[in-house]
Amino acid sequence: MADTETDDRPYWGPAAYLLLVRMWMRSASQYRVSLVLTTLAQLFTTCLDLIAILVIYTHVQTIAGFTLPETLYLYGTTRLAFGLSDIVASGVEDLPTMIRMGDFDLVLIRPVSSLAQVLADQFTPKRFGKLVTPVLTLGWALHALPVHWTAARIAVCVGTVVCGFVLYCALWVLTGCISFVAVDAQEVANSFTYGSENATEYPLTIFGRPLGLALTFVLPVAFVTWQPSLYVLGHADPFGLPGFLRFASPLAAALLSGLAALAWRGCVRHYRSTGS
Amino acid sequence: MRVYLTAVRLSLRRYLAYRSSALAGAFTNTVFGCLRALVLIALWKQKPELSGWDQTDAVTYAFVTQGLVTPMGIFMNSTELGPRIRSGDVAVDLYRPVDFQAWWLSLDLGRALGAGMLRTVPPVVVGSLLFPVRLPTSPLPWAEFVVCCGIGYLISFGLRYLASLVAFWTMDERGTASILVAVGMFCSGLIIPLSIVPGTLGAVLLHTPWAAVAQMPINVLLGTQSGGFGYAVAFASVWAVLLLVAGRLVTDAARHKVVVQGG
Repeated sequence: MADTETDDRPYWGPAAYLLLVRMWMRSASQYRVSLVLTTLAQLFTTCLDLIAILVIYTHVQTIAGFTLPETLYLYGTTRLAFGLSDIVASGVEDLPTMIRMGDFDLVLIRPVSSLAQVLADQFTPKRFGKLVTPVLTLGWALHALPVHWTAARIAVCVGTVVCGFVLYCALWVLTGCISFVAVDAQEVANSFTYGSENATEYPLTIFGRPLGLALTFVLPVAFVTWQPSLYVLGHADPFGLPGFLRFASPLAAALLSGLAALAWRGCVRHYRSTGS
Repeated sequence: MRVYLTAVRLSLRRYLAYRSSALAGAFTNTVFGCLRALVLIALWKQKPELSGWDQTDAVTYAFVTQGLVTPMGIFMNSTELGPRIRSGDVAVDLYRPVDFQAWWLSLDLGRALGAGMLRTVPPVVVGSLLFPVRLPTSPLPWAEFVVCCGIGYLISFGLRYLASLVAFWTMDERGTASILVAVGMFCSGLIIPLSIVPGTLGAVLLHTPWAAVAQMPINVLLGTQSGGFGYAVAFASVWAVLLLVAGRLVTDAARHKVVVQGG
């Protein structure tokens, strides 16, 4: 996902990204107490939806035909994939401020990939706090699920997290592009990023057929967890979609990444400074 | 008194100047309202009656909480005071010939009123178009709802003001403030209605100050608050007074602590 003119750049995009991340991490660790507390807050925030799911399951045995370990498998894979993408790509959230303050002009004149700079912006180690709860929950769910683990199931399970991570990263970049078009619409981006995070941690059936299909074919977040998990958990597709879609996550991730790369290039090429 | 009213008015005007940004926020609140409503519907489909609520009550709850998120500052980790303490600009604020706490209350109240005008109505209206909801048609429950929201807002301000003042001692309020957001998000019932949380946890949640920020006003609106409007007002007022008095005491302590760096 590099930019158009890569010839006279001293660093390759990903290498520049890692260097910038290291710089921001050193900056964040200057406020040690704050860093520890914000990490704890992140850890706690990811527990909240887990508590909500547990509360719901104190009242019922299944939701949309999914038992507690099955829903926690969806929650664990979703949150793990999202947490990883949040670590790598949520710097995009500062893009609207960058554009408004004119700081994006500075990004463009530096001989480093603009995407690498934006993704690494304000990187803070507190984001690792988001991984603790999903890892523990997923571990428990894998232990509690009555699933016969074949090589294929294990591969799909690992693939779920990897493809989910790529899909969410692409989504971060795409939603970042919104702020090139409408700098005020920052919060709309949250509907797509945090909204899809919230949507995919539950069985997709609860959203009904029209919304469920939209989340499969329009905003393809069903491929983050839902479709591959139907295979791992051995569920029939309640929407009656063809079986090959369960293995289509890599394709969806590749398509969305390609789209994100094109959109980013287009936006940067048409970028106009706010001029203030 | 006039200076505070002017502060409220100007702060409100500043908030209203960024209308498109607020409407983008209202869009997001509506999307999240739909997601929460659909999760609650999935639960209520199997348990048509839960803690005295039917499915319509639960859906109404999902959208009204989303409408209250911004005015009540549930996602806000402090007031605008926090960053000013960090940067040192607070020295100017301390010189103003006004009451420090009342000044920041006025500024934050303007923001809350603006948010109430632009961000509360859209999620509730869209929600009522998409789902069956229960909104009272007589004016009395609405008046009671507004009173409860008013006191709930004072509680929210009291908590965030205290979180901002922490910066006088730690130089950086962001750590404590982010813990406050995480606790507040859950305890105010934004993630899941407090009334369906079982056991001791549920009982405790109904008595924290956050219970009066969103859950109780909505209970009053739906007519399901145990003890009725009177209990809700009494409960919320006790917490509001306690928090505002605590804020006042901590402000005094901070005044003695602060050192203005001359230059």
